[in-house]
Amino acid sequence: MFIHDTLLNRLKRGCETMAYPQGAPPALPDRHGGALRVEAAKCQTGCAACVAVCPTEAITRPPNQPVALDLGRCIFCAECVKTCPTGAITQTGDHRLAVRRRDDLVLGDAGKEQLRLAAALDEKLRRLFGRSLKLRQVSAGGCAACEADTNVLGTIGWDLGRFGIQFVASPRHADGLLITGPVSKNMELALKKTWDAVPPPKLVIAVGACAIAGGPFVGHPQVNNGAGALVPVDLFIPGCPPHPLTILDGLLRLLGRLEESGRKT
Amino acid sequence: MNLSPLALLLQTLLLLLLAPLLSGVIKNWKAKLQNRRGPPPWQVYFDIAKFLRKDMVISEHASWVFSFAPYVVFLTALLTGLMVPMINTPAPLSLFGGVLAVVGLLALGRFFLALGGLDPASAFGGMGSSREMTIAAIAEPALMLAIFTVAITAGSTDLSRIAESTQGATWKLLNPAHVLAFAALFIVLLAETGRIPVDNPATHLELTMIHEAMLLEYSGRYLAFMEWGASIKQLVLMTLLINVFFPIGLAGPGASAAAFGISLLAYLAKLLALSAAVVVVETTNAKMRLFRAPDLLSAAFVLATLALLSTFLFH
Amino acid sequence: MNEFSATLLTFALGAYVAGMVGALLFQRAERLANVIGFGLATAGGVCGVISFASALATGAATVSRSFELFPSLIPYVRFSIHADALGCFFGLIISLLAVALSIYSLGYARGYYGHKNVGALAALFNALLLATTLVFLADHALFFLIAWEIMALSAYCLVSFEHEHEETRDAGVLYFVMSHIGTACLILGFLLLFQASGSYGFDSFHALGDNMPAGQRNAVFLLFLFGFGVKAGMVPLHIWLPAAHPVAPSNVSALMSGVLIKTGIYGMTRVFFDFMGAPPNWWGVTVLTIGTISAVLGVLFALMEHDLKRLLAYHSIENIGIILMGLGAALMFLHSGHPALASLALIAGLYHTINHAVFKALLFLGAGAILHATHTRNMEEMGGLIKRMPKTAVCFLIGAVAISALPPLNGFVSEWLTYQSLLQGFGTTTSLIRLMFPLSGAMLALTGALAAACFVKAFGITFLAQPRSEHARQAHEAPFTMLLGQGILTAACVFLGLFPALFLKLFDPLTQQLTGQQLSQQLSTANGLVLSGVAAHGGTVSTLGLTLMLLCLLPVPLVLCLLFARRSKTRIAPTWDCGQRGLTPQMEYTATGFSKPIRMIFKTLFRPHREVQREYDFSPYFATTIRFESHVEEVFQTRIYRPLKWLVLRASRRLRALQAGSLQAYLIYIFVTLLLLLLFAL
Repeated sequence: MFIHDTLLNRLKRGCETMAYPQGAPPALPDRHGGALRVEAAKCQTGCAACVAVCPTEAITRPPNQPVALDLGRCIFCAECVKTCPTGAITQTGDHRLAVRRRDDLVLGDAGKEQLRLAAALDEKLRRLFGRSLKLRQVSAGGCAACEADTNVLGTIGWDLGRFGIQFVASPRHADGLLITGPVSKNMELALKKTWDAVPPPKLVIAVGACAIAGGPFVGHPQVNNGAGALVPVDLFIPGCPPHPLTILDGLLRLLGRLEESGRKT
Repeated sequence: MNLSPLALLLQTLLLLLLAPLLSGVIKNWKAKLQNRRGPPPWQVYFDIAKFLRKDMVISEHASWVFSFAPYVVFLTALLTGLMVPMINTPAPLSLFGGVLAVVGLLALGRFFLALGGLDPASAFGGMGSSREMTIAAIAEPALMLAIFTVAITAGSTDLSRIAESTQGATWKLLNPAHVLAFAALFIVLLAETGRIPVDNPATHLELTMIHEAMLLEYSGRYLAFMEWGASIKQLVLMTLLINVFFPIGLAGPGASAAAFGISLLAYLAKLLALSAAVVVVETTNAKMRLFRAPDLLSAAFVLATLALLSTFLFH
Repeated sequence: MNEFSATLLTFALGAYVAGMVGALLFQRAERLANVIGFGLATAGGVCGVISFASALATGAATVSRSFELFPSLIPYVRFSIHADALGCFFGLIISLLAVALSIYSLGYARGYYGHKNVGALAALFNALLLATTLVFLADHALFFLIAWEIMALSAYCLVSFEHEHEETRDAGVLYFVMSHIGTACLILGFLLLFQASGSYGFDSFHALGDNMPAGQRNAVFLLFLFGFGVKAGMVPLHIWLPAAHPVAPSNVSALMSGVLIKTGIYGMTRVFFDFMGAPPNWWGVTVLTIGTISAVLGVLFALMEHDLKRLLAYHSIENIGIILMGLGAALMFLHSGHPALASLALIAGLYHTINHAVFKALLFLGAGAILHATHTRNMEEMGGLIKRMPKTAVCFLIGAVAISALPPLNGFVSEWLTYQSLLQGFGTTTSLIRLMFPLSGAMLALTGALAAACFVKAFGITFLAQPRSEHARQAHEAPFTMLLGQGILTAACVFLGLFPALFLKLFDPLTQQLTGQQLSQQLSTANGLVLSGVAAHGGTVSTLGLTLMLLCLLPVPLVLCLLFARRSKTRIAPTWDCGQRGLTPQMEYTATGFSKPIRMIFKTLFRPHREVQREYDFSPYFATTIRFESHVEEVFQTRIYRPLKWLVLRASRRLRALQAGSLQAYLIYIFVTLLLLLLFAL
C-alpha cells in the first residue's frame, strides 16, 4: 500500500535536510575555488597578464594604479589565478560571496583584498522580513544555471522553507525579486512590470554574474548588463553560477539569520 | 445559546489564534513526512503579520467589490466559528443558526471571494472563480446529505444538539451511518479547504490553481485577511467534523473549569489527529485533474447516500 | 376585510381601469400617456398593498370578503370576487410589484418615445395588472377563466411589443400556444369540478375532493397540475419561458417572472389545498419530484446562457421548482396527518413565492437598466458596468445574493424553511418514500450552489472587470425612476430577509384556511428575532442576529488594520499580466468560459457541440481568422416537443382526408353525429 510504503520510507531514511546553518556547511566540490583574494601589493610593476586572460574583462589595471578585480563581472574561471606570476590573486575556498553594495565587489585596493560580506537589512526591514520573505524569481534571459542552483534550494536537502523564505507565483504576494540573467532587451519590460507589481517595501537580489554586470554577455547590444540598470539592487551574489550554499548564505546574511545560529560571520 | 461576552471573546480569540497555527502544523507535518524539516508551525503567524504591515497594490480595473471581499471572507469565517461548538456546547451563537446557517455563511464568503477573483480583469482570477464555484457546487449535495443524515439521527439542525446526541454511548460512534457520513464529509473537507487531491495549496502553476488563483491580485492586508479567513474556514470545518462525529470529552453547558481543560486538550488532540489524516492524504496522493474531481465528489455523494440508507438499520 | 381595505381594493381596481383607459385616450401625447398610465398603475399598486396587507394583518377570522363586481348578463357567469387569505396574499405580491414596476416603467418607457406606442404599452400593462389581480380574487370558475384569458392575451400583446424582431414574434406565438394548451386543461378541470358540485362558484368547491370518486379526483389533479404547470413553467412544460421573458420589455419580463408564473402556483394551491380535501400520497410525491427536477434542470440550463435575460428566465424555472418542492412536501404531510408540518412546508413554498417575485423582478429591472444603457442582452459584450452604473450594480448584487439563497437575505430564509420541512418530513412515515425528503434536500443544496455559481458569473461578467465593447464603455447610469423602482424591491429583499418573523404573521390566516393551523407563534421565538422550526429543539436561525454579529465583529479586522497597517499606503497599478504589454478586454474570462467546467461535467445532459474553423496563410499555428462556435442542445425541444409536433402534424395530415370538400360527405357527417347523439341521450 502506498501509504504504508511512504511511512516506512520516512521512518527508515529520517530527515534528510542538512544541519547548516546549525552545523557545518557541506563541503564545496573540488573545482569550486571559492572567493578570490587580490593582493595588489604583490603585483609586478607593468604586469597586466591577468587583464589579458580575463574573458569578461573583470580585471583592470590602469597605468600607475593597483590592479582591480571586479568580482561582479567575474565568472570564476580561475584563469587569472593560473596566469599570475606572483600569486597576487588566490582562491580562498570560502563559499561566502554575497555583498550589499556594488562597489564592495571590486577587490584590489589596500584594505579591499577580500570581500566585505553583506550586512543584514536595517532594523525596520529586518523586523518585517526576518522571519517571512517571499521572493518572485525573474529569469531575465540567461542560461538558467543560476535558476537551477536557486531551484535546488527548495529540495529536501537544502529546504529553504524552514527559514520562512519561499518563492511565490504572483509578485503581489512577494517581498522582492530574485533576478538571474543579464536582462535581455526582450525581458526589460517584463522585469520593470514585475518590479512595479511588487508592493513596497521591496528588495532585489541579483544572483549570478549576468544579473550583476552582464556576465559573459557583457557589452552585447541586446542586453542591459545586469539588473542594476533597471531596478535598485539590495543584495549581490556573484558566481557563474553561485553554489547553492553561496546563495543560501547570502539570503540568510541579508535577513540577519546567521548570527543567531552562533556561527562566526 | 451561551451569549456571554466572555464565551464570545474566548472563542473568537481561540479561532483567530488557532487557525494559522493549524495551517502551519499541517505544512510542517507535510514537510516532515517528505523527509525535510519544513517551516516551523508558527510560520503562518509571521506571514500574516508581515502582510498586514506591507503596502498594497490594487488593480486599476478593480472596484469596491475587490476591497469588500477580504472583509466578507474573514468575517463570515469568524462568524461561523462562533456558531460551531469548539470546547463546550452550546456554541456562543448557536441560537442564531445551526449547520444550515454555517453552510450558508461559508457560501456567502465564497461568493464574494469568487467576485474578487473576477474583478481585476485577470484571466487567472476568472479561471479560479469558475473552478471554485464548480467544485463547491458539486460538493454541496454530498455535504448536505451527510449533514441531513446526522441531523435526522439527532432530530435537529442545531449543532449543539447534534453533538450532544452522539455523546453518551461510545459504541454509537461506530455505527455505519456515522462512519459513512464521516467519510463523505472528509472528502468534502478536502474539497472545501482546497487540499490535494482537489486543489494544491502550494502550487506555483496558475493553471493548476483553484483557490490561489483568485488571490493572485491581492496584496498587503487584504491578502492577510483572505489567507486568515481561509484558515479559519478550515478550522471551522475540521471542528465541525470532529465535534459532530467524535464529541468525546466535549464539555456540556455549565461545566467546571477542569472539564473545560479536559475538553480543550481533547479538542486539540482530535484536531491534530484529523490534521495527521489530512497530511497523509495530501502526501500520498497527487492532485487530480479538474474534470476528475466530480468523480471523487460523486463518490462522497454515494457514501452519504449509503449513510442515509443505513439509518434504516438503526431507527 | 374591513371597509377600509375593501374601499382601497375598489380604488386599486378602478385605478388600473382608469390607467388603461387614460393611456389609450392619450396615445398621441406620449409623455402624458406614460405618466397617466403608469402613474395610475402605481396608485393602484399602493392601494392594493395597503388593502391586502391590512386585511391579512387583521387576522384569520375577519379576512374574507365577497364582492359582486357588476351584474352579469351572461347566464352561468357571475362576476364576483372573494378576497380570502390566499387571494389577499397573492394580491399583496402583485400590488407590491405593481408599485415598483410602474415607477420603473415611468423611466423605462422613455426609451420607446418616438418609435413605439407608449400608450399601448401602459394600457396593456394596466390590463395585465387588473386581469391578474382578478385571477387571484375571482370566486367563480368562469370568471376565473375569463380573467385568466385576458391575462394571457395582454401578456401575449406585451411580449410581442417589439414585434419587429422575428425572435419576438416566434416567442410570442410559442407563449400563446402553450398558454392555451394549459387553459384547455383548466377548462376541462373546472368542468369536472362543476360536474361534481353542480355550481361554478368557488364556495361550492371547498373540500370537494373528498366527495369525488378517486378516478375523477385524480383526473382533476392531473388536469390542473398540467394546466397550472404550463403557466408556472415547470419542467417539461417550460419551453415558452426562456423564449418569451427575454424578448418582452424589461418591466413586462419582471412582471411576468414575478407574478404571472405565480398565478400557476396560486392555482395549484387553491385547487390542491382548498378544493381537493385530503390528498393521496402520490400527488405530493409527484409535485415534489417535478419540483426537484425543475429546480436542478432550471439552474443547469441557466448556467449555459450568456443572454442575461434568458439566464434570469431559466432561474425562474428553478425557483418555481423550489416552490413546488415546498407544496409537494405539504401535500405529503397532509396525507400522512401532520398538519403542522404541512403548514410549515406551505409557508416555506409561499414565502419563497413572494421572495422570488421580489428578487426576480429586481434582477429583471437591473437587466432592463443594463439593456437601456448598453443596448445589448449579451453578457459577453458587457463588463466594467459597476463603475458606470454604480447604483444599479448594488441593487443587482443584492438581488444576486438573495437569489443564491445566501444569508442574511430573503432567499436564505425561505430555503431554510424548506430544508426544515424536508428534514422533519423524514420522521413522518416509515415507508421508503421518506428517502425522498433528504434526497430532495440534497438536490436543493445542489441547486443553491449552482445558482450561486451562475450569479457569480452573471454579476461578475456583466459588472466587473473591463468593458468588452464600446457600448459597455459608454454606458451611463439609469434615470431616477428606474433606480427608485429597483430601490423599492431591494428594500423589500432586505426587509423580508432580516425580519421574517414580522412577515410570518401574515401567513396565519392563510394556513388557517388551508391546513387549519396557525404557525407564526411557533416559528418565531426570542421576541420575533429568531426563526425556529416546528419541532421542539429543532434548529433556529436569526438573519438579523447574524447581520448584527457581522457588524459587531467588524472591529476585529479594523483594529488589526489600525495596529499593523496604519502607515501602509495603497497604490493603483495595472493588473498583473505576467510582464506582457498589457491586458485587453479580450483576455478577460468570458461567460461561456466560466461555465465550461459545468458544461463538461454535465455533458450527458447538455450534449455540447463545439466547432473551430481557422484560416491560415502558411502555417496553422499562425491563423489569420479563427471562427469558434459552441452551443448546447436544447434537449426538451429536440427530444420531446419536436417529435410531438411531428406526430401531431402527421396525424392532422391524415385527418385532412376527412375534409374532402364535398358537400355530400359533410351532410353524412352531420347525420351520423346526430344519430349518435340521439342514441347517447337515450
